[in-house]
Amino acid sequence: MPILELDGVTKAYKDQVAVDHVTFDIQKGSIFGLLGPNGAGKTSLIRIITTITGADDGKVIFDGEPLSSHHPEQIGYLPEERGLYKKMKVGEQLLYFAQLKGLSRPDALKRIKGLLGRFEIGDWWDKKIEELSKGMQQKIQFIATIVHEPKLIILDEPFTGLDPINTNLIKSEIRKLNQNGTSIIFSTHRMEQVEEICEDIVLINKGKNVLEGRVADIKEKFKENVFHLEYEGQLPDILNGDFHAERFGEQALRVRIEEGKNANDLLSVLIKHDLAIKSFREVLPSLNEIFIKQVETIEHA
Amino acid sequence: MHKFWLIFKREYLSRVKKKSFILVTLLTPVAIAAFSAVVGFITAMGSQVELEILVRDESGIFEQSAPENGRINYTFSQKDVEDLKRTYQEDGYNMLLVIPPVDELDQRTFNGMYYSPDKPSLSALESIEGKIARAFREAKIRQYALDEKVLEGLRTDFDLENGEIRDNPTEKKAGKLNIIIGTVLGGLMGFLMYMVIFIYGGMVMRSVMEEKVNRIVEIMISTVRPFQLMLGKIFGVGAVGLTQLAIWLVLIPVLLTVVTLFLPGGDPQSMAQMAEGMQQVPTEDLDDFNVNAFIREFFGMNWGLILPVFVLFFFGGYLIYSSMFAAIGSSISEDMGEGQQLMLPIVMIVLVAFYMLFPVLENPNGSLAAFASIFPLFSPIVMPARLAFDPPIWQVFLSLVLLAGTVVFFIWLSGRIYRIGILMYGKKASFKEIGKWLFYKG
Repeated sequence: MPILELDGVTKAYKDQVAVDHVTFDIQKGSIFGLLGPNGAGKTSLIRIITTITGADDGKVIFDGEPLSSHHPEQIGYLPEERGLYKKMKVGEQLLYFAQLKGLSRPDALKRIKGLLGRFEIGDWWDKKIEELSKGMQQKIQFIATIVHEPKLIILDEPFTGLDPINTNLIKSEIRKLNQNGTSIIFSTHRMEQVEEICEDIVLINKGKNVLEGRVADIKEKFKENVFHLEYEGQLPDILNGDFHAERFGEQALRVRIEEGKNANDLLSVLIKHDLAIKSFREVLPSLNEIFIKQVETIEHA
Repeated sequence: MHKFWLIFKREYLSRVKKKSFILVTLLTPVAIAAFSAVVGFITAMGSQVELEILVRDESGIFEQSAPENGRINYTFSQKDVEDLKRTYQEDGYNMLLVIPPVDELDQRTFNGMYYSPDKPSLSALESIEGKIARAFREAKIRQYALDEKVLEGLRTDFDLENGEIRDNPTEKKAGKLNIIIGTVLGGLMGFLMYMVIFIYGGMVMRSVMEEKVNRIVEIMISTVRPFQLMLGKIFGVGAVGLTQLAIWLVLIPVLLTVVTLFLPGGDPQSMAQMAEGMQQVPTEDLDDFNVNAFIREFFGMNWGLILPVFVLFFFGGYLIYSSMFAAIGSSISEDMGEGQQLMLPIVMIVLVAFYMLFPVLENPNGSLAAFASIFPLFSPIVMPARLAFDPPIWQVFLSLVLLAGTVVFFIWLSGRIYRIGILMYGKKASFKEIGKWLFYKG
C-alpha cells in the first residue's frame, strides 16, 4: 500500500509550469529518491506534499486519504535551506517544533531527551543555536525533523555540510527509521548516495517525471550490453567483427555485444583462443550516467 | 488554535525573557525618574540662595514694613552708605541694598541700588524687588488712607463657562482647566499611539524578516498555516508591547512620586519658595491653576468611557499597522533599503495622522476632527486625542465599527501578501509585484 500517491499533480506560476502532470506512488516503508537537476521542480513538488502550497490540478493521496492540513503532523520535512531560531536554546527549540507537530509537552520532552542521547549530544539542551557549528546545527535540525515520529520523512539534500562521521550517523539513523516502517523521500542530485540508499526513484525534469521505478529495474533497462573483461597474456585479434571492444587499461577490455549475440558467444570465442580470463562481469550504467543522459536527451529534444 | 497559542507564547516569551527587553523596560522608568530627580535637584539648588543682605533704607519705608526673614535675611543699618560699601563684605553680608529717600510716594516706579561681589540670581533679585514693592504699596495705602477691604473689592475677574454643560446639572463643569487637561491628555494618547505603531510594528517587521532570512519559515509553514504564524507573531509582539506599557504605567508614576518625596527641593516649603521666585508667571493664571481643582477635574473626567475606548483604539491601530509591517517584512529579504521604500506610504499616513493632532486639539469638535477621528487609518491616533473632549458618542461608535472592519480587512490583505512573500527569494518586491501576490491561489 502506498503512503503517498500523486496523480497528475500540476502547479503553475505566473511565468512557468513548475510541476507538470506528475504521477507516481511511494510505497509504505520504502526509501524513495526524488531526483532532478536544479530547477526541475523538486522543491515545488515537496512544497505541495508538505501542504505549503496547493496544487492547481491533480490529486495527492496521503496514507489513503486526500492530503489535507492535518497531515503535516505525520510528515517530517528537512528543507534544503536549513533554518533554526538562532537565539533559542537547543531544548526549547526542539520542544517548540515538537509541540507544533502536535506532541504534548511531556511526550515531546521524553522523545527529545531520548534523541539527544542517541546522537550523543545530551548536554546541549541549554546551548544556543548560534553557539553551534553548522554541522551541529544540522544534527539539531535532523532531530527536529524526526522528533514527532512521522510516517513520512522528506529529506532535501540531508548530507550537505556534514563531515563523513556525521554523514554515516545520519545515514544509519535513516536506515533505522526505515526499518521501523517509516517511509522516506530522499531528494538530491548526489547520485552515488541515491544508489546506496534508495530502492525506488523518480526523475523529474522541467516539471515532468521522465523516469521512475526500482533502481535495479532502471539500471537493467538502461544497460547497453557492455561487459568488463580482465585477462592475462596476449589478446588475439578477433574482436572487431561481432563484438565491439575497447581497451580499458593494461589488461582489461570493455566489450559491447551486438543484438542477436550474447555473453556466452563472446566467452566461447575467447576460450577457443585460449585466453586466460581473470574476471568477467556485466557493466550496468550508474544512475549518474542515466541521469545525465535522460536530462540531455530532453534538452535536445 | 492550539498552534496559534504555541506561536504566540514563543513570540512573547522569547522577547520578554531577553536581557535587552528587561533592561529597557526597567531602566526607562529609572532613567526618567533619575532625570527628573537631577532636574529637580538642580532647580532646588538654584533656588536655595541664602542671602545675608545689609539694607541702608534712607526712605524708612522698607524698614518700617519689618520684612520677614527666611532664606533671605535683611539687616538694617543707619550708617553712612560709603562706609557700608567698604565694610559690608567684611561684616559677613552678601549684598548691600541702598534705598534712597522718597519725598513723593505718588509715583509708580522707585529705584534703589544693590552692591554685591557676586551676581545675584534673577529670581533672588525679583524676590527682593517684590518684597520692597509690597512695602511701598502698603505705605501708599496708608498715605491715601484707603481701606484694604475696598481695595480687595476692586479686583475683578470675568470667566467664560460652557453654558450647555452648566444647564445640564448631571455633567461636570467644563472650564478652561478641563480643556487644558483634555489637550495634554489627548496629545499624550495620540503620541503614545504613534510611538506604539513604529516601535512594535517595526518589531513585527524585523521578526518576519528574521524568519524569512533564516529560512525557518519553510519548516514553520510546513506545520502551521502562514496566517496562523503571522497572527501569532502580531499578537505575541502586541502582548510584549502591552507588558512594557503596563510596567511603565505603574513604575513611572511610582518612581516619580518617590523622587519628589525624598529629594531636596521636593518638599512643599521649597516648592513655595520656587513659586515665589517665579514672578514671571502672571498671577491670574496661577490663581486658576489650583492643584485641588486640577485633581478634581482630572478625576472627574469620563474615565469609564476614555479608558476602554482608548484600549480598543490602541488594539485597532496596532493591528492595522503591524499587519502592514508584517506584509512588508515578508516581501523583502536581506535588503533593508527595499523595506524603507515599501514603508514610506505607511510612514506618511501615520505622520499625516500625527500632524492632524495639532489642529484637532485646537478645535476638537470641528469637522476636520470629526473626519480624522472616523477615518480608520487616522482614527487610532486622532480619536484617543479627542476622547477627553466628550465627542458625540455616535462618532465614537461609528469610528470603532469602521476600525474593526478595517482591522479585519488589513489582516486578511497582509495575510495574502505574507503567505506568498515569505517563500519568495531573490525577487525584488515592488508594489506591482505585491499586488499580483494578492491574487495568487493558495
